[in-house]
Amino acid sequence: MRAIDLLRFAWGAVAGHRLRSALTMLGIAIGIAAVILLTSLGQGLREFVIAEFTQFGTNIIAINPGKSETTGGSPVAMAGTIRKLTIEDAEALRRLPQVEATMPVAFGNARVEHEQRGRNVLVYGVTSEVPRVWKFNVRQGQFLPPGDPRRGATVAVLGSKLKREIFGDTNALGRRIRIGGRPFRVIGVMEPKGQFLQIDLDDTVFVPVSEAMSLFNRDDLIEIDVVFRSARFTSQVRDGIMAVMLDRHDGEEDFTITTQESMLEVLGRIIGVVTTAVGAIGGISLVVGAIGILTMMWISVNESTSEIGLLRALGARQSQILIHFLLQAALLATAGGAFGIGAGLGIARLLKLVLPRLPVSTPPEYIAAALGLSFVVGLLSGVLPARRAAGLDPIVALRAE
Amino acid sequence: MDPVRVDQAGEAVIEFRAASCRPGGGRDRVSDLTFTVRRGETLVLLGRSGAGKTTALKLINRLLEPTSGEVRVEGRRTTDWDPIRLRRRIGYVIQDVGLLPHLRVADNVGLVPRLEGWDPERIRLRVRELLTVVGLDPDEYAARRPDALSGGQRQRVGVARALAADPPVLLMDEPFGALDPVTRAEMQAEFGALAKRLGKTIVFVTHDVREALRLGTRIGLFADGRLVALHAAAEFVKATEPEAAGFIRVLRDPQRAADPPPSISPGRG
Repeated sequence: MRAIDLLRFAWGAVAGHRLRSALTMLGIAIGIAAVILLTSLGQGLREFVIAEFTQFGTNIIAINPGKSETTGGSPVAMAGTIRKLTIEDAEALRRLPQVEATMPVAFGNARVEHEQRGRNVLVYGVTSEVPRVWKFNVRQGQFLPPGDPRRGATVAVLGSKLKREIFGDTNALGRRIRIGGRPFRVIGVMEPKGQFLQIDLDDTVFVPVSEAMSLFNRDDLIEIDVVFRSARFTSQVRDGIMAVMLDRHDGEEDFTITTQESMLEVLGRIIGVVTTAVGAIGGISLVVGAIGILTMMWISVNESTSEIGLLRALGARQSQILIHFLLQAALLATAGGAFGIGAGLGIARLLKLVLPRLPVSTPPEYIAAALGLSFVVGLLSGVLPARRAAGLDPIVALRAE
Repeated sequence: MDPVRVDQAGEAVIEFRAASCRPGGGRDRVSDLTFTVRRGETLVLLGRSGAGKTTALKLINRLLEPTSGEVRVEGRRTTDWDPIRLRRRIGYVIQDVGLLPHLRVADNVGLVPRLEGWDPERIRLRVRELLTVVGLDPDEYAARRPDALSGGQRQRVGVARALAADPPVLLMDEPFGALDPVTRAEMQAEFGALAKRLGKTIVFVTHDVREALRLGTRIGLFADGRLVALHAAAEFVKATEPEAAGFIRVLRDPQRAADPPPSISPGRG
């Protein structure tokens, strides 16, 4: 028997009981819609978080002082010299292969004043590399000039929000401001960048790292950012950094290297768990839908025993009967799944309209997977009824008329 | 059917040799059946309800297997046949269930060719041909569903389906039993003509002696699971067996004689 005929016959049986089939499909449709919707939310969340964390690029590694892991409190290690992160560390790392730039970072809060206006903001001590390392561009004027990071000039670049708050619409370039009471000259204004982890990157001011260190009265860095050629060198660069830093810190691992990869990995794992959990909740409704199909197919087989007997008497094989009922169940489920996908996508779009900030995203492979899933669910819930149908003794089945 | 085969009438297509059947234990439904069905003839199995006629029929297409003795189709024991192959060589028409409700008339008729994997165009042509043979206009009926047909029309479709894969043997189990008397008479007349024309070997089960006389080449009388008499149709009224007497009396019963005479007009059932 040709596949198309099997399909047509199965569809005929589905279409033959319109209301019953529609209700059964509804069960699967609700399950698939729930799965699609919940995984779309999960995926949206993942994309949102990843976008948040990769706005600085994926080819960046951050080094912070201190070890983030808890280690066994060995007295010898405790007695060892704990070195701080220094500008020299940053310069040494610059010489590693694949590394394109390193940037020492120090920051703290200070008051920025101009004439009568003043505002407490985050002050970043950085170098001329910011536009390249943080992918953060200057809108007006220029960024900090290149040069020895140990000897910076008293110049500052304002974040866009800070500029607006202090200078309004008037030109800020060349104006004098005070940061933590010290005089600086404005040489540039940044483009808006938005927030990162609740820190408003536009409500900041950038000054040379040496100025920030002296402003906050410290002789060490809070972070060194290393930018390298491409994310595919991550582990190579990471190992290089580890070697250089260990060498410079007397073999003591008193620093933490954070790659984008490891950060994304951890985040991805957390979000993956969340997505799986919500997907599983949707899966429960799918199970309910599957039971609906099983029930309906069982009834359908019982109702058509005499027809099954007749088919067998006319020379239909058991396998053909089996396939007929399996296909019928799979068709029901797949059609239900298709409706469910439509509904899920519709609701997702609606959510996006109502709550534009809610991250919702449905990758095409989810849709394909949902369709495949409903097909499989149908097949599985069809197995028992179909086996029963195929196993009917034609003579008994014919007597059931 | 080609006329050559009709000329060969006399060759045994179905043979019962001391066949008994006791499905699922209990007592014999049929015992010690021995008879042959010759190519091209219509053998009517006549008897009261429960006489074993249908059981005998089911032994032929191996829906049942003989408990003892044997049943041969085209010279081979039914138990030696692949049941699927055997059943596809045997058309089967039954009283009630006949059609699959979800399939169009055309799909019902084309069912066995489909099971056989015929090419769709060949099936389409065959379906049209057969609907015409059984007196249904293909253009009007092919796309209908069984519930949009009258009882007689459904039975015509059932006959068309039984003929679809051109099987040499037809089994008919009270095919016209559920029809009103007028339609039944029409169907009998048409089917009689059709059977002669097609030259199929037919085994026809009925409890209606008039139908038996109208359609049968020979009539086998069943009682209590046994074949008690086997006569040429023309001889049946002269049968002396006591079991035959009841049926012959029905023929002469004035009340039964009030039945409408068989119509031979090819009207729609």
